[in-house]
Amino acid sequence: MTLAVDIRHRLGAFQLNASFETNGRLVALFGPSGSGKTSIVNLIAGLLSPDAGRIVAGGRVLADTATGAFMPVHRRRVGYVFQDARLFPHLTVAQNLRYGRWFAPRGERHADMGAVVEMLGIGTLLDRRPGLLSGGERQRVAIGRALLASPLLMLMDEPLASLDEARKAEIMPYLERLRDETKIPIVYVSHSVAEVARLATDIVVLEAGRVVASGPTSDILQRLDLLSDEERGEGGAVIDMEIAAHEAGFGMSLLKSPIGELHVAGVDMPAGTRVRVRIRARDILIATERPRGLSALNILSATIVGIKSDGALADVTLDCGGERIAARITRQSCEMLGLAAGRPVFAVIKAVSLDGASTWQGGEVPASRIIGDG
Amino acid sequence: MDWLLDLTPDEWTAVGLSLKVATWAMLASLPLGVGVALLLARGEFWGKSLLNGIVHLPLVMPPVVTGYLLLLGFGKRGPIGAFLAENFGIVFSFRWTGAALACAVMGFPLMVRAIRLSIEAVDRRLEAAAGTLGANASWVFVTITLPLILPGIIAGMILSFAKAMGEFGATITFVSNIPGETQTLPSAIYTLTQVPGGDAGALRLTLISIAISMGALMASEVLARRAAKGAGLR
Repeated sequence: MTLAVDIRHRLGAFQLNASFETNGRLVALFGPSGSGKTSIVNLIAGLLSPDAGRIVAGGRVLADTATGAFMPVHRRRVGYVFQDARLFPHLTVAQNLRYGRWFAPRGERHADMGAVVEMLGIGTLLDRRPGLLSGGERQRVAIGRALLASPLLMLMDEPLASLDEARKAEIMPYLERLRDETKIPIVYVSHSVAEVARLATDIVVLEAGRVVASGPTSDILQRLDLLSDEERGEGGAVIDMEIAAHEAGFGMSLLKSPIGELHVAGVDMPAGTRVRVRIRARDILIATERPRGLSALNILSATIVGIKSDGALADVTLDCGGERIAARITRQSCEMLGLAAGRPVFAVIKAVSLDGASTWQGGEVPASRIIGDG
Repeated sequence: MDWLLDLTPDEWTAVGLSLKVATWAMLASLPLGVGVALLLARGEFWGKSLLNGIVHLPLVMPPVVTGYLLLLGFGKRGPIGAFLAENFGIVFSFRWTGAALACAVMGFPLMVRAIRLSIEAVDRRLEAAAGTLGANASWVFVTITLPLILPGIIAGMILSFAKAMGEFGATITFVSNIPGETQTLPSAIYTLTQVPGGDAGALRLTLISIAISMGALMASEVLARRAAKGAGLR
């Protein structure tokens, strides 16, 4: 499904002027607070009406100020997961889940209650009231409720923002399953590089109400200049790989992809699983000759594509078996080693920096198990 | 204790009439009360403060003035009274229906206030969420707003009922004090205090009045708690 957004909207002193088109499975609207992410989602949902512009999702015109078309919220069939869950306090979890299902057109209720409840692990909560749920449980129910409305498009506005790290880790796998097992495209608002790197197939970067970049996740996260100062250390390559084998003796796993082989610690998924690995730019060492007597297990041959210096730091773009990988080193090292575009080098990555926390299940999963033909 | 329940037929009539008048006043004003509360809580229109003022007038005006205005408007020769009598056969003057109308008007501001407060307390983001799940405005009201404001509606109904049980000034001015037709509990007590030897009857009716009021309050407490629990607020 293609989502095309081209809107101008004023909210007080804030001016939103955003235009992008995407057909990613999970599109992240990424940017700092106040960059207009939530406003865009509200415009897509129909909770706001744009001052000017056009929003088209899968051929359905949701709003077009040129023709005066405006589809009301309740007809848009978007599954909106709010940051604050917004479960109905007077209904039980089961009634909350059934709420959206009841309003979906009879012939288009693709979502199966049992499958969704199973996928989100909320079977034991069905008789409870939302007031008694933990934050993580509440958010899972909210996802289920949106999903059971059999939406044509899911909108998620920082669904993890109000949760602590443990609860985030609890929900992440469910979001991955949602992305991989349903055919419903997802628009996902976030300001966290870690979340976006793990979940997004495509990213739209927003800043002060404007789109500054958009494209596939692996391309965007390498562009360290797009990230805020605090988040820059989190940026880097996101590579699709396959678990080739487990090395039981040391608890290590071997991953393969065109960039070469990577040794990773603590990945407990079966061999053959497609995974995404995030290699942070700051975790890469650059050597001009193959290092020896080094504890780091991963040494990849690469070619320098470009260098961008910024103050004391230098962002080096490497070509590694056809994939681009960003490395961040000091300008001093860069000049000491005499690095320049076209020079063959070695990228050294500690296996420890690629532990389970930066390796997730991902890649293409063709079958749609939850939703029939949505 | 026998003397307490040993009411004369006239006294029983007054008790029964009061209950009937109060119940009708409460039920008949409920739909309008919810509507006006919605308008005042959510509406943006010219004359909103004027409407608010009119609704609250009976609370601050002397009840006699309210009763007299009702007499002018809804009496036999009053413009509204004549219209209703001719076209719908509804007569208010010197009937128990008139007493119910007077009680409804006097209790209206209390009812609207309670409901309006509960509407203003509703988290509108929940209504927006219901919209994204496919519910149109009417469904959102029935499935989300109404259940959430139920405690306020119950509180408003009880306040209106209690006010009606005690209403005296407007009722006696509008529909007089006719035994069996418009003589409610307060009017009956008033009458008994005006005749020699009526003290015992007045005291009996006073105690009954207290009992009914207490009962209404307690019932409202139970209902409101149950509704609040149903609304997931406690």
